[in-house]
Amino acid sequence: MTSSNPLLAVRGLHAWYGESHALHGVDLDVHEGETVTLLGRNGVGKTTTLRAIMGLIRKRTGAITFRGADLMHLPLHGTARAGIGFVPEERGIFVTLTVDENLVLPPVVAKGGMSVEDIFSLFPHLKARRNSPGGKLSGGEQQMLAIARMLRTGVRTLLLDEPTEGLAPVIVQRIGELLATLKKSGMTILLVEQNFRFASRIADRFYLMEHGKVTAGFPVSELEQRMDELHAVLGV
Amino acid sequence: MTMTMIFGIPIQALLGQLLVGLINGSFYAMLSLGLAIIFGLLRIINFAHGAQYMLGAFAGYLLLSYLGVGFWAALILAPLIVGLLGIVIERLALSRLYGIDPLYGLLFTFGLALVLEGVFRYYYGVSGNPYAVPPLLAGGTNLGFMFLPNYRAFVVIASLVVCLGTWLAIEKTKFGSYLRAATENPSLVQAFGVNVPLLLTLTYGLGSALAGLAGILAAPVYQVSPLMGSNLIIVVFAVVVVGGMGSILGAIVTGYMLGLAEGLTKVFYPEASNIVIFVIMAIVLLVRPAGLFGKDA
Repeated sequence: MTSSNPLLAVRGLHAWYGESHALHGVDLDVHEGETVTLLGRNGVGKTTTLRAIMGLIRKRTGAITFRGADLMHLPLHGTARAGIGFVPEERGIFVTLTVDENLVLPPVVAKGGMSVEDIFSLFPHLKARRNSPGGKLSGGEQQMLAIARMLRTGVRTLLLDEPTEGLAPVIVQRIGELLATLKKSGMTILLVEQNFRFASRIADRFYLMEHGKVTAGFPVSELEQRMDELHAVLGV
Repeated sequence: MTMTMIFGIPIQALLGQLLVGLINGSFYAMLSLGLAIIFGLLRIINFAHGAQYMLGAFAGYLLLSYLGVGFWAALILAPLIVGLLGIVIERLALSRLYGIDPLYGLLFTFGLALVLEGVFRYYYGVSGNPYAVPPLLAGGTNLGFMFLPNYRAFVVIASLVVCLGTWLAIEKTKFGSYLRAATENPSLVQAFGVNVPLLLTLTYGLGSALAGLAGILAAPVYQVSPLMGSNLIIVVFAVVVVGGMGSILGAIVTGYMLGLAEGLTKVFYPEASNIVIFVIMAIVLLVRPAGLFGKDA
């Protein structure tokens, strides 16, 4: 799988928040249909990496290519239109918009997205609350909505930032099943996740980040033998 | 007709002043609505709003005097002209001021208002130019207790339609949902693929067009004068503050309410009628600093 050209390739990515240098040359590849997880302690730059790929952080250098095309010179709205969906940290549900409005907000960028009715049959809880403001949903419902609204747009690549953070185990379980379904349908996923037991159930490969850099990359098959190293680095 | 009295005031005088208040309130509502939309999304305090209102009135006046274009066509053209000018202003200048100290946007729009008013004062002087009521709405209706000029009734209805229409467009349409979402989190909306810079441009154009529409509607009621906007805009800012900065519904409801409050004050204590809105503003700021409809009170 790693022999073909990567779908998403990041090379020497540096990023800054104002004067603060947050990424120090990140290199990573994600191949079509793969699920790749970024592991690392809080503050090592996992979220920053996703935000820099999306273009939400404008102060960045290095190279980011998607399907061989350069993403660095696109305006912020160009990344989604190139075919990358984003599920942000803390879900990013618009609290003054209804569930319906949140669901149809992201523009359709490619053919093959799900219809609203298909999405509601996958998420019956959301259908029951379709006219509620997004701010009235529970954390789990918001996370489902944050993922669901990307499924309508036809993107085949998703960047997910800690989709299980702060959620009850039963919801985490459901999100795991959902991501497994998406993966099976051929979706390419770049996941940031603290909970690597959760990640190990869906990820094909892992990258370990420390101090704004990727310091190791390994397939899921090596996870067991690297457990001690991971415990030391992640402090879990 | 016998004189009916309420609290020692003839009912004719009371209703007459309430009507004046309702008409003033109609303009307050339309203008503060535009300001609230612009502030909500662009975080710009549009001090040029009064000048844009003046431009709407002058557009009607100039269209009539030079091209013979009547009121009804001007009702469409004036907001269009002012809106397009707003789009040019946003592209050339305001768009460069986002993300820096809001003071710059305030200073720029304040300076723009002074320039626009100065130019018109140079060419047209400070005295007002009359603009005739369209023939279709000339005259008035005797309601039994008072005489209601038809045009003023039209202004009240037109303003209600404009405010309700704008509110529905923001609450119920796709464009409105983009606008509300971008008010909450513009960069996330853009990360989803929405062209937010374009949305900001259109929103400033829309807010400006609302000011232009209020201006052409005002032309037959007040006179067309270069300073008509600066006389009104201070009151309108007070309306926006009382309603809650950025609250659309707050701007509309407070606009009418304060217009009526002003009218009532003219009946019961005329000396205070010029300051009553500012007294209300001071009280609201003390009791509820985020405004009557503000969210983070």
